[in-house]
Amino acid sequence: MTALTLTNLCKSFGSVEVLKDINLTVEDGEFVVFVGPSGCGKSTLLRVIAGLEDASSGTVEIGGSIVNSVPPAKRGIAMVFQSYALYPHLSVRDNMALGLKQENQPKSVIAERVGKAIEMLDLGAYVDRQPADLSGGQRQRVAIGRAIVREPKLFLFDEPLSNLDAALRMNTRIEIAELHRTLSASMIYVTHDQTEAMTLADKIVVLRDGRVEQVGSPMDLYNNPANQFVAGFLGSPAMNFLKKVPLNIPEDGALGLRPEHLRPTKGGRIKGAVTHVERLGGDTNLLVTTEGQEALTVRIFGQDDTRVGAEIELDFDDSTAFLFDAQQQRVPYAI
Amino acid sequence: MNVARQNRLNSLAAHGALILYTVIALFPVFVIVINSFKTRKAIFREPLALPDAESFSLIGYETVLKQGDFFLYFQNSMIVTVGSLFFILLFGAMAAFALAEYRFKGNTLMGLYLALGIMIPIRIGTVAILEMMVQTGLVNTLWALILVYTAQGLPLAVFILSEFMRQVSDDLKNAGRIDGLSEYRIFFRLVLPLVRPAMATVAVFNMIPIWNDLWFPLILAPSEEVKTLTLGSQVFIGQFVTDWNAVLSALSLAILPVMALYVVFSRQLIRGITSGAVK
Ligand SMILES: Nc1ncnc2c1ncn2[C@@H]1O[C@H](COP(=O)(O)OP(=O)(O)OP(=O)(O)O)[C@@H](O)[C@H]1O
Ligand SMILES: [Mg+2]
Repeated sequence: MTALTLTNLCKSFGSVEVLKDINLTVEDGEFVVFVGPSGCGKSTLLRVIAGLEDASSGTVEIGGSIVNSVPPAKRGIAMVFQSYALYPHLSVRDNMALGLKQENQPKSVIAERVGKAIEMLDLGAYVDRQPADLSGGQRQRVAIGRAIVREPKLFLFDEPLSNLDAALRMNTRIEIAELHRTLSASMIYVTHDQTEAMTLADKIVVLRDGRVEQVGSPMDLYNNPANQFVAGFLGSPAMNFLKKVPLNIPEDGALGLRPEHLRPTKGGRIKGAVTHVERLGGDTNLLVTTEGQEALTVRIFGQDDTRVGAEIELDFDDSTAFLFDAQQQRVPYAI
Repeated sequence: MNVARQNRLNSLAAHGALILYTVIALFPVFVIVINSFKTRKAIFREPLALPDAESFSLIGYETVLKQGDFFLYFQNSMIVTVGSLFFILLFGAMAAFALAEYRFKGNTLMGLYLALGIMIPIRIGTVAILEMMVQTGLVNTLWALILVYTAQGLPLAVFILSEFMRQVSDDLKNAGRIDGLSEYRIFFRLVLPLVRPAMATVAVFNMIPIWNDLWFPLILAPSEEVKTLTLGSQVFIGQFVTDWNAVLSALSLAILPVMALYVVFSRQLIRGITSGAVK
């Protein structure tokens, strides 16, 4: 069964079209990540799915039934917000229990589900605290707990980790992945962090300006991007796009090369000078300006003693290169 | 205070300025209160002297308590002020929530219309108001005053509160909606506690003008049993003789309830500011 189906979904605010003709399915138990640059409509899409905004046209189907006119609380979803959005006047326990109380669940069920969530998220020591007395990471766990206890058909996460520091972000990311495994629930996760997208997703949906650019598994998108936007969006450091190299590139098109696929080679096809070196210990990033005055990043595994100002010649395997035409669409590689 | 950021000279200057301001602001009140405890002769001979054994007198308070029904006036003023504040805050907050939260046709226009009252003084409409009150039989009732003051206070309340409500996190309200809270519960339980400082500000701004108003009580409710304190005190100010003892005593007494209300609201103000918000 499909957990979510969107058909020809559009959303406008006044005359501004924010979502344009979105078609999408989420299978049962699938972890789907929406990525895209800021302002592309990720949160709006999530709010339309949750029922917090009405769709201008098109249908939203959750668990097989159309829910366009069903209020958020009855859609069988739960949502975790970027700003946590805990109820400031309620304790951790009551924050989690409120949704169930509103559903008129019996006390025993509420106690059992809240207890389970508290144990799962390791919040035992804080059950009677107010949100104001918790750290950011703990608050986010309470917010996740509040979603879990409702046992929804579909979880919605809107950039849940963006307020956390790097170390905590990684831990929570792993916790969310584990959560997905233990609950085997369907999840939709919004982020503009491509590491989160790559590591968590079964399926990534890349959005731009309210349109779906490409849908696929992380490795699919990484190895076979449909266009220049998707190619540049996934991967870190981002893919290099070169227009002025002495190679046979489509007119106004670009040659796409991932930083890790470039290597210094005597007599290589791309020549340039090193302008900056980033030594990360595990690997080294060389920032290079080519003969055509284009900037380029090269990722070298391990440590490297190349110095700033050095002349460098680079080459790549043809099988790892991408070509894009003037409309930024991918074309078969042939040089 | 943070020791690292403390600077003796700066903090001395700041305290000096604040103390000076406090003295200037409190001086008239101080003069009223000390003179209310003096004999009439002493008031005129040495208005700034503290009451001593010779000049001490409670004659003013005796007159006030004997003359007219002073406790009734107190009660009327209190009912009118508290009642008006209650309705201003309730309806003001509700209108502000609708304007801040819901997108509907004419939202901006409605906001401007509601704010119009800030610029147009309600007293311009006194004659029309009086006619309306006569026709509805509300003349000489406290309701007349409460209704007028509510109308008078709403524009500024809506204006200030809607501005604050726009700042309440959307995520919090949406979390409530997903948990199945009704819009009323979202308004009363989630939003109102977070805008409490703004509510207290609105209350304090409205309280003093309502308490002190002479115009509408004189026109809409002049009869004995609904007189407010300000109107009741006017009996001591005659065309030829003014009973200064009584006037000063009445004024001193009139300060007390306002102060009590102020303490209540300012506590809310502080608690609101320090309560745990979203992040
Ligand atoms: N209530 C609204 N009225 C008008 N325009 C809106 C409204 N909400 C969002 N928008 C517009 O819709 C577009 C998409 O917003 P949205 O919040 O969905 O972006 P996002 O992809 O979540 O961005 P971010 O990554 O920064 O969170 C933005 O251009 C925004 O200005
Ligand atoms: Mg967003």
